Amino acid sequence: MGTLLEVKALRTHFFTQEGVVKAVDGVSYDLQEGEILGLVGESGCGKSVSALSLMRLVQDPPGRIVGGQIMFEGRDLLGISEDEMRAIRGNRMAMIFQEPMTSLNPVLTINRQLSEALELHMKMDKNAARRRSVELLDMVGIPEASRRIDDYPHQFSGGMRQRVMIAMGMSCNPKLLLADEPTTALDVTIQAQVLEIVKKLTSEMGTAVIIITHNLGVVARYADRVNVMYAGRIIERATARGLYAEPSHPYTIGLLNSVPRLDEALKEKLDPIEGLPPDLVNLPQGCPFVPRCKFYRENKDKLQKCVETYPPLFMVGKDHMAACWVNVQTGGVRE
Amino acid sequence: MAEERILLDVKELSMYFPVTKGVIFERKVADIKAVDHISFYIRKGETLGLVGESGCGKTTAGRSILQLYKPTTGSVTFWDDDRGEYVDLVTLKGEAMRKMRRKIQIIFQDPYGSLNPRMSCGAIVGEPLKIHNLAKGKEYQERVEELLTIVGLHPYFASRYPHEFSGGQRQRIGIARALASNPQFIVCDEPISALDVSIQAQIINLLEELQGRFGLTYLFIAHDLAVVRHISDRIAVMYLGRLAEIANREELYENPLHPYTKALLSAVPIPDPVIEATRERIILQGDVPSPMNPPSGCVFHTRCPIAIDECKVTIPALRNLGGEGINEHWVACHRA
Repeated sequence: MGTLLEVKALRTHFFTQEGVVKAVDGVSYDLQEGEILGLVGESGCGKSVSALSLMRLVQDPPGRIVGGQIMFEGRDLLGISEDEMRAIRGNRMAMIFQEPMTSLNPVLTINRQLSEALELHMKMDKNAARRRSVELLDMVGIPEASRRIDDYPHQFSGGMRQRVMIAMGMSCNPKLLLADEPTTALDVTIQAQVLEIVKKLTSEMGTAVIIITHNLGVVARYADRVNVMYAGRIIERATARGLYAEPSHPYTIGLLNSVPRLDEALKEKLDPIEGLPPDLVNLPQGCPFVPRCKFYRENKDKLQKCVETYPPLFMVGKDHMAACWVNVQTGGVRE
Repeated sequence: MAEERILLDVKELSMYFPVTKGVIFERKVADIKAVDHISFYIRKGETLGLVGESGCGKTTAGRSILQLYKPTTGSVTFWDDDRGEYVDLVTLKGEAMRKMRRKIQIIFQDPYGSLNPRMSCGAIVGEPLKIHNLAKGKEYQERVEELLTIVGLHPYFASRYPHEFSGGQRQRIGIARALASNPQFIVCDEPISALDVSIQAQIINLLEELQGRFGLTYLFIAHDLAVVRHISDRIAVMYLGRLAEIANREELYENPLHPYTKALLSAVPIPDPVIEATRERIILQGDVPSPMNPPSGCVFHTRCPIAIDECKVTIPALRNLGGEGINEHWVACHRA
């Protein structure tokens, strides 16, 4: 399997009245064909914007991709024209959004919305597109697909709408599917249904997936590799197993400790990350996690470096990188 | 920790919302049975977790207990510390109810929608003090500052407005407001669902700390089962307006008896890829039916993997299959 996507030093900034919001600030990663990558972080950490940047869907103004490269199937997406980009969007690269309620057009039938991409990208005629749409609905588990295809979105429940979105995303056999919090708006039992469908379909078709989520459980179950983002940058990058076995950034450790787990003994008290996520307009010069960092609080004199310089991504293990001056396993300071 | 005394006893509580047709001659065509004959009790100092999917009636249950809706049937008996006797909240009216509201409070889900944007943080927190004539003048100022300190906010925030706060801070303001009138009982309606993961733990710890400090009793409504297990002493599971199961937390998680509870538990992914790789999950088929037209018999039979013919006909009664007191294990299933 080859490399499908290579993002290099991507920077997306928003130019607002309050100042420049550095939503994505130097993000680099790669994605293999057929791989499932989890993108984890809290709201405002830049995970959605980094996905929208891949599709070149960042609203301009106020947003703009100010630097970097997005190599997708050997081409730099930032160097091609809008027409060429439209041929890729929905075809080679598709996206599922968080809100199944608002991302379908309420005045068009499901058939119209599903057929659109098929007619445009696959050059199908209306009948062929309709037949394929019924097949797609069937694949995502909508009962009586041939009848329901003429319904409007309001006649579908939230879980069914999200399945329609998946069908739409998968309609042109994309190489890459971006799923932006695909289940956050859904109930747990429906979440499980929807994610299983995504996993099954993409592995059958060999589609690579980027799942954006704040749910560490979802990542553990579905992702091969994980990028953890904080304040617009990747602060830890590892295989899913590596990340959960040996989290190497204080933020990742904090996140994992702060959620109660069903499979563990009850704790007397939860262990939260103190403080608030940083303001992306006024990011500090050094590591943005310093005000909330346990390691820094405990070793202030030794860790002057954390306040002064932003840490690069260090190799901390096989296929495992973390952007932290502290070696959290030994407590030593990195050079 | 929980005492023996029962603080709140809910019996056969129902809340039906009428569905009407016609503009001038409005007539009722159906009922949405948001809550349908539920019964449970909460001991003093205890936290009862109420879980279920959206639309199962858990919020409506919380609100009809507080008489924010007038329940269609049932009684809500509440132990009034001041009077030293039980009072049925459903029968209270006017001034008597207004006085009772001091003792029963609510924290809302949405920290953005539940604070008046035109009131300062101090005025929001102090409003219950004014309404119930609890403090005046200097005493009022001091109490507001004390409340803000209790929930971990700086007293000097009192003059700021809600938009100047983050989600977690706003939820703290909502908690301070609920605490202002020294309540005995608080309904926490999904207080952490709208917050970021790293902030959720802060608020849960705060709620637990306050419970110990002021001897509060909580009805904790949520859909996150891991969080509910952490904070609750006992847990009630709701499905489509009815109670499916109630047990203490260890029992419910180790020995769930209702197939819906089992499916809910297995749907929660565990943050550990090694465990997830081998874990078998029960994936429920289909969606939650409409409460306007609920299935006959057991409301869960349309999605239940072990349903039999009887389930389609008879509504299962809530039976105790466990022991006494804290070991009670109530379940509404023919197959349990």
